[in-house]
Order: sequence, then structure tokens, then C-alpha cells
Amino acid sequence: MLLGISHRESMLNILWILLLPLLGACLPLMAARLGRAWCAGLTVLPVLVALALLLGTAPAILAGQVLQFELPWLGQLGLALALRVDGLSWLFALLILGIGVLVILYAHYYLDKNDSGGRFFALLLLFMGAMLGVVLSDNLLLLVLFWELTSISSFLLIGYWYQDSGARKGARMALAVTGAGGLALLAGMLLLGHIVGSYALGDVLAAGDQIRAHALYPLVLVLVLLGAFTKSAQFPFHFWLPHAMSAPTPVSAYLHSATMVKAGVFLLARFHPALAGTEMWGLLVTGVGLATLLLGAMTAMFRHDLKGLLAFSTISHLGLITLLFGLNTPMATVAALFHIVNHATFKASLFMAAGIIDHETGTRDMRLLGGLRRYLPYTAVLATIAAGAMAGVPLLNGFLSKEMFFAETVQARVFGTWHLLVPVIAVIAGGFSIAYSLRFIRDVFFRATPNWLEKKAPHEPPRYMRVPVEVLVVLCLAVGIVPMFMVGGLLSVAATATLGEPAPAFDLVIWHGFDTALQMSLVAMVLGLVIYHFRRRLHAWHERLPLRDVRFVFEAAIQGLGRVSGRLANSVVNGSLQRYMLLLLMMAFLLPASALWAWPHWTGSRALMPVDPVTAVGVFILCASAIGTVMTHHYRLAALVQLSAVGLMVALAFARFSAPDLALTQISVEIVTIVFLMLALYFLPQYAGNRSSRGRLIRDAGIASVVGAGVAALAWAVMTRPLESISGFFLEQSVPGGGGTNVVNVILVDFRGFDTFGEITVLALAAIGIYSLLDGLRIDAPGRPPGQLINPHPMIMTVVSRPMLPIALAVALYIFLRGHNLPGGGFIAGLITAVALILQFVGNGVNWTQDRMRMRYHPVLASGLLLALATGVGSWVFGYPFLTSAHTHVHVPLIGDVELATAMLFDLGVYLVVVSATLLIIGKLGSISAVPKSTEASH
Amino acid sequence: MELLMAVSIGVLTACGIYLMLRARTFPVVMGLMMLGYAVNLFLFSMGRLATEAPAVIGRAETHADPLPQALVLTAIVIGFAMTAYVVILIIRGRKTLEHDYVDDRVNERDHGVAEQGLSKRAVPMPPTPASAETDGEPRP
Repeated sequence: MLLGISHRESMLNILWILLLPLLGACLPLMAARLGRAWCAGLTVLPVLVALALLLGTAPAILAGQVLQFELPWLGQLGLALALRVDGLSWLFALLILGIGVLVILYAHYYLDKNDSGGRFFALLLLFMGAMLGVVLSDNLLLLVLFWELTSISSFLLIGYWYQDSGARKGARMALAVTGAGGLALLAGMLLLGHIVGSYALGDVLAAGDQIRAHALYPLVLVLVLLGAFTKSAQFPFHFWLPHAMSAPTPVSAYLHSATMVKAGVFLLARFHPALAGTEMWGLLVTGVGLATLLLGAMTAMFRHDLKGLLAFSTISHLGLITLLFGLNTPMATVAALFHIVNHATFKASLFMAAGIIDHETGTRDMRLLGGLRRYLPYTAVLATIAAGAMAGVPLLNGFLSKEMFFAETVQARVFGTWHLLVPVIAVIAGGFSIAYSLRFIRDVFFRATPNWLEKKAPHEPPRYMRVPVEVLVVLCLAVGIVPMFMVGGLLSVAATATLGEPAPAFDLVIWHGFDTALQMSLVAMVLGLVIYHFRRRLHAWHERLPLRDVRFVFEAAIQGLGRVSGRLANSVVNGSLQRYMLLLLMMAFLLPASALWAWPHWTGSRALMPVDPVTAVGVFILCASAIGTVMTHHYRLAALVQLSAVGLMVALAFARFSAPDLALTQISVEIVTIVFLMLALYFLPQYAGNRSSRGRLIRDAGIASVVGAGVAALAWAVMTRPLESISGFFLEQSVPGGGGTNVVNVILVDFRGFDTFGEITVLALAAIGIYSLLDGLRIDAPGRPPGQLINPHPMIMTVVSRPMLPIALAVALYIFLRGHNLPGGGFIAGLITAVALILQFVGNGVNWTQDRMRMRYHPVLASGLLLALATGVGSWVFGYPFLTSAHTHVHVPLIGDVELATAMLFDLGVYLVVVSATLLIIGKLGSISAVPKSTEASH
Repeated sequence: MELLMAVSIGVLTACGIYLMLRARTFPVVMGLMMLGYAVNLFLFSMGRLATEAPAVIGRAETHADPLPQALVLTAIVIGFAMTAYVVILIIRGRKTLEHDYVDDRVNERDHGVAEQGLSKRAVPMPPTPASAETDGEPRP
């Protein structure tokens, strides 16, 4: 291994390279109000620092070292914040940061006064950080994370001019295509991690043979390639890229030439040791690359829009790079990496030149432009050199990588007997590439100047707007003239990192004899001139072709999907709550039923309990009242009375089966609920006739019976099985740990006290919600004018209810105090108190009672909750976890042994909440129709 | 005894669900309560049935499972809060909508003549995604 790990500080530095642009994204937003110059200046600052840090690692990288940084994140998922800088990621990071600086400078001049600079630069930095994350990730999941972030941030950048419908649609299309590819990539990465057993990039790259031999390899390959091809706009997913040209030109120059679309080919390079080397890889990657190369080059010739031409040219060049990776020879890899660098430099400068032309003339249509060299001489020179690099003219960088490409295609053998296909198509595409480059230059800068342009008299852009173009063009020239000096070492380490083995020795020279590659270049050049010469005929022919704009196809597909899902949704979600209820119940039943349908073990091995007659009678009453409630539900009062019988029988069932606390709770809740429902019924129709059709009644009865039978069978299956429960712990620990013998109460206030705290919070919320729903509401009872009730409070009721109050309160106190050791506690005591007070309302009227009980429920409710909370927090003071209780026994005469535990304070909180919530609810409901005081007083 | 319990739970569930499928609000509330009973009993029975065995230390030889009991106890109180809330919603709803149907589309096929004084407006449908996507531009 020639990989070594370097010292600590540079490890932290690589984290900063990633974090600076991401964190720096806040700067332009904050600086936006300071003005445009500040905004751009503060944007470029973190990028420059990151670039300096990156360049600082150059000696180590060029020496063949790999710098790594790792911070644990979600270990269980295999996700770590792991970064690596090797030759390959260093090369990409250099492109991202270097071209990023130039784009920021360019954008500063490009953006209009009305465009929000803060938003633009913040998104640009966010995208830059995401892109750096992709290339620096040393963990598959982290890579996917940043991959998604590039999709999202590029969506926002493409849609930057969101007022424009084209920008919105282009952004949406880019997001749909690259987002779908991102999902495929995620699946591929998960499978890769599954095969290798680790998500660490190093492990995956080292396990290439294991991966290629695995049965899932074809699936993994297809999924990863889907991610790469969608991002790099490879055929047949290329169509989003031209539509992304509705983005501001700096975005196009950055995302759609130098960075984002390069993420796909980066993926091909990064996973080369893990995935490449099979026949399937060769066929798929070479095939797609070849198709994209030709299609892109030909379509670029037919575009009249400058940016459209450049977009298809980008597609074509990305196809070229993909093709090289597919050929899978060490030299092809070197050529691919070389072309990535070259394409980024000349394409970014060409986009910037197109932006300048658009900026100065107001159009990008080549049919309207011409003769611009008179007005923009300087830009004309720069653009011509860059276009020469695109065409592959000698002395420019594009020439060198194109020669290497041609040389590789001749040796390609992936297509077996059809091996000549690759060089032939390469030459044809080369010809088209020369033709469209020629057109770009000649149609824009030469020819005669059209009249409208003469009147407009465009001029050169601001001095510093040209600087980024100049820098890039100088690089094109420098790389083209002294390639080994400029990029030789870098390419070598990048190729080493890509291949996972030492890179082949190579020599980048301008002249290597009159070999096949040069002959192919010459043929392509002649072909290009011929194509350019016959361009008008070609355009005329192209216009007659029955081609549909992909955007319309895509939009139609999206709209069709929308219509179908809309229809589907409307057919299910039709606004009928009744139907939702039905569907919900059916699903809740069908899902478990489908799993349990063929289950043979409905009856378990537990010994059954003998039936005693009293219980049997109780069950009969229970079932009879339940069915009676259903039969008479149109007569609501009668149904309610029978429902209360059901509730009472349930309470008795609890009592029978050793749950005294439940029985007490159930019976007091039952009373409160029935009183409440009676009160509610006062405001609702008392009788509601049957309006449902017979078929529907039968259907509902059928569904209800089936579900009931299913639940009964399930209950039977559980009850006949032996119990394995965690409750032994509670039974053992109740006295020593909780200081109480009533285990249920100890669970409520101690072991599971936090749950109980949640429950009383819900109760309090419900009470406050009800209060606010009813506040200000005034309803007259149907059919009865207010103030005309005859004897609303019968004498006997009044007489009986008043002495009941102190008795009931005493009982409540007793129940409360003994709760920790015997059935009882805060919940039950609270309900008994509430019932006693409600009785006063029923017996004496709302106004009478409220006059005498000047209690405001809201503060009591709040103090109950706070008390419970304070008890819990109190244990923190003594250094224990939340709601740890302390306890001691005190003997009180008459009452007996009283448990004094902090849990009792908690229970007091529960008590206060239950009392005040119940009274708040019932009191509020009672008062919305209360007869005004003056009227009642007259009785 | 287990069979009796299972039958009770089944009957309560069936009655609860039947009532919940009714068209007017009050039976739905009663159905919810009934289903609440059934669910509480079901949860309770998960601790298996035992007689003369309260979960109070020192009062019995064996003890019933206290955990389901504690869960059901809070469930009963929360059930009350929920019932109360739903009832207030239907009272409020009746005041606002001037009827007490679960669905606002009372005139449609399932119900014959509408109650007098009912509002007859239909539920406004949300716009279909397709129409929202066009941006007001002519389709290609």
C-alpha cells in the first residue's frame, strides 16, 4: 500500500474545507442588506479560506498520501462523518472551490439589481458545500446524504428566478430526475453496505472481488449507474439538463458544466475499484456513454440558443467521459480524469462568455446575433480560444484529452466484433463537436452585424466580469501547451486513487507522431467543416423531423400522473367521514386478519376458570344492554341509560376479576360521563329517525359482527395462554421501592409516574380545549324557551344532595390517603370529589352552586400540573432521576398507618387536575345554556 | 369464564363499531364509548383473569397482573376526556352547521329526505393536482 495517514491538524483541516462553505452560507444572507459588494465579498471569503486549506494539503496529496477524518455519528446505522482526501477527491475539490471562486466573482457582475444577491450566494455556497461533501465523503451513507443535498440545492438554484414558469418547470424536472436517481443510488449503496458489511468507503473499495462475485452485483450496478447517469445527464435521462438552462448563467456555468453533472462521473470514478471490470459494466457504461456522446453532439448542432448548444455539448462531453470509464483500461481512466478537468475549464468559460453576450445584447439566439467581434473584441478572443478547446484544436487542453480519447477508442473491445463502432461514432461525434464550436464562434462574432445590433451598439462588460473567463482561458492554454507541468502529477495521483493501484506511466505531449489518433482528429475536422457548410440544409431537415420537445412529454406525463392520482384520491377521499371510518376499521381489521387467517392455535394451554352463575348473569346483562343500546339508538335518552348499564357491568367485571382500583375508577367515570352526556343531549335532538337504507344497515351489522368476532377470538387466544409478564418486578419492588402495598397505585405514581404525568397533561389539555370551544357559545335548548322549565330542581334532590357533599368529600379524602396501600388514589378520589360537586350542580342548579363555590378551575388545574411536575423535578435536587420518590410511614389516629411519600404529593397533583378538569368541562357545558341569574331568582 | 369474557369483548366491539358507522354524531359517540369499554376490557384481559387476587401486597396469596390494570386505569380517565372533547365538538358542530350528521352530504344517496333547516352545501373538493400544475398556461 502506498497510502499513508497524515498528521492530525491536516485531518481537522479537511473538515473545515467542507464546513466553511456550508457554514458560510449564512454570511451572504446576513450581508445582503449591506449591499451587493459586501455580499459577494463575504461569500468568497470562506471559499478562499477553504481553497487555501485545500492547497495546503497539496504536498501530502501529491506525495500519494490519503488524509482521513472521522467523527462518529449514527453508529448503529453505519453512518459516520468520515471524510477522505485522496488524489481523486482532491482534484474534484479543487475544481469545485477554484471554479466556485471565479463563478462568485462573475455572478457579482451578472446579477441584476433586482435579484436577491443574498439568496443567490447563500444557495451557491450551500450547493458548493454539498458538492464538496459528495467528493470528500468516506462513508457511503454520508455520500448519499450530500448527493441529495446537491439535488435540492441545485433545484433551488435552477428555480432562482421562480417568477418565471420555465425556471420552475426546469427546476422541477431536474429535481424529479436527479432525485429519482438519488433514490436508486441510496438503494444501491444500502445493498453495497449489505454485501460488504460496512459502509466505510475504504472497506467497500477493497472488497471489489467480493462485490463482483455476489449474486446482487447486477442489481447494485444498475442502481448505482442510475444514480450516476441521471446526475450526469446521460441518455436517456439527459433531457433535464437543457431545461435547467433557465437558471441564471453563473449557475449554469458552475452546476451544469463544472460541478453537479460531474458528480455522476465522479461516482463512476470513485466506485471504479468496487464495481468496474465486468462485462456488464463495460457494456452498460460504454453503451450509454456512446449513445450520449453522439446524441448530445448532434443535437447541439441544431440548437439556436447559445446556452442550449452548450448544454447539449455538455451532455456530449459527459458521454465521452462516461465512455472512457466504461472502456476500463488504466489509460482510459487517465484520459477520463484529464477530460473532466479540461471540460470544466473550457465549458465554464464558454458559459460565462454566453452570459456576457446575453447580458450585453439581450439575446442568446444565434440566428439574431452576428459580428459581435467589433463590439466585444476582447470577449471574442476569449470565447474563440475556449471554443477551440471544446473543438479540440491543438495547443489547447481539449486537444490533448481528445487525442487520448481517440487512441483509447481504437483499442476498445467491449462490443466484440462490433468494436469498430466505438471509434467510428467517436469520429462522427468529434465532427459534430467541431461543427457546433465553429458555429458558436462564427455565427456570434463574425458574419455581418444585423441592423438591430448596430443600433444597440453593445459594449464590453465590466473589467472584472471578464477576469474569470480570462483565468479559465489561460488555464486552457497553459494545460494545452505544457500539460505535464500543469497537471501531470495531479493526474497521476488522481488516477492512482481511482484505480486503487499505481497509475500507468503516461506522457502528455502535443506531438506524438502521425498516429491513428491524429488521423482520426483530421477526419473529424474535415467532417466538421462539411457539416458546418451544410448546416442550413441540416437545420431545415431537422425542423421537418416529427420530434416533440421532451419538456412537453415530461410535463404531460407529470400532469397525467397528477390526474390519475387526483382521481384515485378523490375516489377514496371523497369527503365522507363515514366512509373514512369504514375504510379505517376495515384496514385495522383486515391487516391482522390476513396474517392470522390460517392460524391453527386459537386455543392455548392455560387451564380455564370455572364459570359461576353470577358472572354469567352479569355477562348476559352486559351483552343485553349493549345490544339494547344499539337497537334503541334512535331514542337517545333510552340508549344512554342502557349504555350506563353497560358501563356499570364493566365496573363489576373489574371488581370480579381482582381489579378494585379499576372498578372504583370505572364507576366514578361512568357517573361523570353519563351526567355529561345527559347534559349534552339537552343540546342535541333527542330522537333521530332511521334514514339509512336497509342494505347499509345489513352491511354495517355484518362488518361489526365480523370485527367483533375477530377481536373476541384474539382475546380468547391470549387469555387461554400462560402469562409471561414483567409484572413480577413491580410486585416485588412495590413495597421496598415505592413504599406502598397497592401495586397499581405505586405503578401509577412511582414506577410509571412519567406516563401518568403525560396522562394528566392530556386531561388538562382536553379540559382547556373544551373550555375554549365553548367559550362565548350560547345555545338555547331545542324546543324549550329559556326560563320556562317547570321545577328544574325538585325539592327532594336539593335536600338530599346538600348533606351528601361533606360525606362524599370525607370519603374522597379517605380514598386519597389510603390510595398508596389499598385501592384508591388521586384519580379515584378526584373523580369522587367531582361527582359530589356535580351532584350539587344537578340538585341545586348552576347559579346556586357557583355562587357558593367561588373556585376558578384554571388556576387549580395549573397548580395540580405544576405540583406533579415539581415533585418530579424535586428529586433532581437530591440527585435522583426524575420522579424518584422518598417515603416514610406516619401513624395517624383514626385513619391508621399513613404513607407519607413524595409520591403522595404527585398524587395530590393528579387529584387536583382530575377534579378541576372534570368540573371545568361539566361546569362550562352546564353554563352555556344556564338561565340568567335574574330569571332564576324570580322562581 | 374466559369464554364469557371473550364474548363480552366481542359483543361490545361489534356494538361499538356498528354505532360508530351511523350517520349522526350522537350514536357515534356512544359507539366510541362502547369501543372504549371493549378495548379496556381487552387490555385488562391481557393480564389474564384471576379472582380474589387483587394486586395489593399482603391482602391475597396471589396477585393479578398490576401492569394492565395501571394502564387501563389511566385509559379510563383519558377515555372520559376524549369523549367529553368529542361531545363538545359535536355540540359546537351542530351549532355551526345546523345539523348533527357526521357527513355534510346529507342529501346524497344514503339518506332520504334531509332534515328541515339543514344546510345543503356540498363539501368543497380540493383542487385536483392536475389543474394546480398547469400554472395557467395553455397545455401543449
